[in-house]
Amino acid sequence: MKAVAMPTVSRVAVCGGTHGNELAGIYLVREMLKKRADGTEPVSVVTVMSNSRAAQLCVRYVETDLNRCFTRAALSAPVSETSPYEMIRSQELNALLGPKASAQAVDLLCDLHNTTANTGLCLITYSDHDWICLHICKHLKHMQFPYMLDICYAKAYLCPTSILFLSAMEIGPQPHGVVRSAIFSAMQEGVQLMMDWICQFNSGMLFEGGWVDVYTMVKNIDYPRDSETHVITAAVHPDLQDRDFCLLHPGDPMFLCFSGETLRYRGKEALYPFFINEGAYYEKGVALSLARKRRVQIPSWFVNVDEPK
Amino acid sequence: MSSRTNISCLQEAKRVAIFGGTHGNEMSGITLVNMWIQNSAEIERNGLVIKPFISNPRAVEKCTRYIDTDLNRAFTPENLSAPDVEGLPYEVQRAKEMNRMFGPKGSSDAYDAIFDLHNTTSNMGSTLILESSTDLFNLQMVHYIKKAMAPHTCSVLLNEHPQLKYSTTRSVAKHPIGLEVGPQPQGVLRSNVFESMRTILKHALDFIELFNSGVEFPPCTVDVFRVQERMDYPRDTNGNITAMVHPHLQDCDWEPLNRGDPMFLTFDGRTVLYEGANTVYPTFINEAAYYEKQQAFMTTCREILAANAIRKACK
Repeated sequence: MKAVAMPTVSRVAVCGGTHGNELAGIYLVREMLKKRADGTEPVSVVTVMSNSRAAQLCVRYVETDLNRCFTRAALSAPVSETSPYEMIRSQELNALLGPKASAQAVDLLCDLHNTTANTGLCLITYSDHDWICLHICKHLKHMQFPYMLDICYAKAYLCPTSILFLSAMEIGPQPHGVVRSAIFSAMQEGVQLMMDWICQFNSGMLFEGGWVDVYTMVKNIDYPRDSETHVITAAVHPDLQDRDFCLLHPGDPMFLCFSGETLRYRGKEALYPFFINEGAYYEKGVALSLARKRRVQIPSWFVNVDEPK
Repeated sequence: MSSRTNISCLQEAKRVAIFGGTHGNEMSGITLVNMWIQNSAEIERNGLVIKPFISNPRAVEKCTRYIDTDLNRAFTPENLSAPDVEGLPYEVQRAKEMNRMFGPKGSSDAYDAIFDLHNTTSNMGSTLILESSTDLFNLQMVHYIKKAMAPHTCSVLLNEHPQLKYSTTRSVAKHPIGLEVGPQPQGVLRSNVFESMRTILKHALDFIELFNSGVEFPPCTVDVFRVQERMDYPRDTNGNITAMVHPHLQDCDWEPLNRGDPMFLTFDGRTVLYEGANTVYPTFINEAAYYEKQQAFMTTCREILAANAIRKACK
């Protein structure tokens, strides 16, 4: 595969608190904001508390999920004082981080999240041609924390329209409203390694290409529900609970009904479950997501300072 | 030494309530109670009136701990005697209503036993919470439950601390029992946690049925953890936490914490050690709802409580 030259990554955004109760990112961003930039940093980092109002209240969102307010429609909709807070905020963030012409435009954005699911550390990207994200993923395998590293090709959320590359860093399991020191440390190390990669890249290092396992979302599975009341009638089966990224075969247990019955996976294809029992997804009708795994080849990667952005 | 005369004769326990959703995001109890409201077959017992009840329906609707104020702190004498005026916090209104339905607290008309179902983000496993070291009925019941659940461990937490004790929803009853099962994130239903809580309740109701039928329960002892102290996170002058529960303490509920053991890890990597003189047994370690209550964990000390034999009083 031919090596690819890319422009310098001059400006990076690290966002925490897109969901106000996902605490590792919130505390990490607060720590980063305490450190004053002195102009000698090799990479300019803008650190953002995305939804400070929700973070203040320690809730996922105040009126509507901020992480769903970055569609083209939402970003161009007219807003007023009476618009939902998060709709106003997404446009503010887009203006702060997005527009290409502005001096503030960022090249890469890392949005920090936690999940109640046992995902380990995941990078989420919306394109399997997001070579930077895939290279960073490869680089993060140096982490001392025993977290599995996977990339899901999921719908783009915090996605200001003109950022070149972006990803979310999702770490679980952590209950919402709690900060666990091991999770915080893993996120801190993950962000640091990402910065190290960017600095090495900018200084001219060639990153060898190779292969990365990528999990691509296929579908969501909802809980079994009562047909009249819509109330859930089962919990994720104990054999599936906490087994994110472990292959689920046709016939494997999926749900344990309150009545005692086991419901099994009826799909024809063995798939990889993830976001198993994420607390915020009950209201979205998602008990777990299923993904296909494939190996993606990434090219060698190096900086060319003359490369236009 | 117990003699034939050391049998406490106690009143029959005819009216029992099971509360779920005292906190609207603690899902095991909410799910169990809703299930039993639809179909009560599983909780029916001879001679017992058992009422499953959702304590805080508005909080349950929003999947949040409370609307205006914590219902599980709202059953104070001041609140319960507050006049019915507009503008009362929702949970104070609710406390007054529940006191009318299941109390009045402290009176002979109050429900005999109330089980209040809770979950925690702490790694407490199955825990039974008592408010009195001298309630023989409750002591015998938890002894029965612990034996029935074995080898699954049931810890018993006793909160009789004059300052740290609080006015719980269940305190309306003559015999209040808290069920606390974790770890489970708020807003999440884990199958194993759900089934543990369900089994604990099954044994509790079996005990009451047996007691009411005239069975005598011999003298027993119960290992308990008695609440000592609340330990807060280190905080800055703005009240923000500056450290997290140390990885060596995280998830180590009920395990001994000795002087010099790591307790907190600051965000910039410094370890804060426990400086207490005596070994303590921490619990409620890193409970999400307690950040705002200035509590990183609670310390307890181990104690063995003795209970007389009990038997239903003859009419």
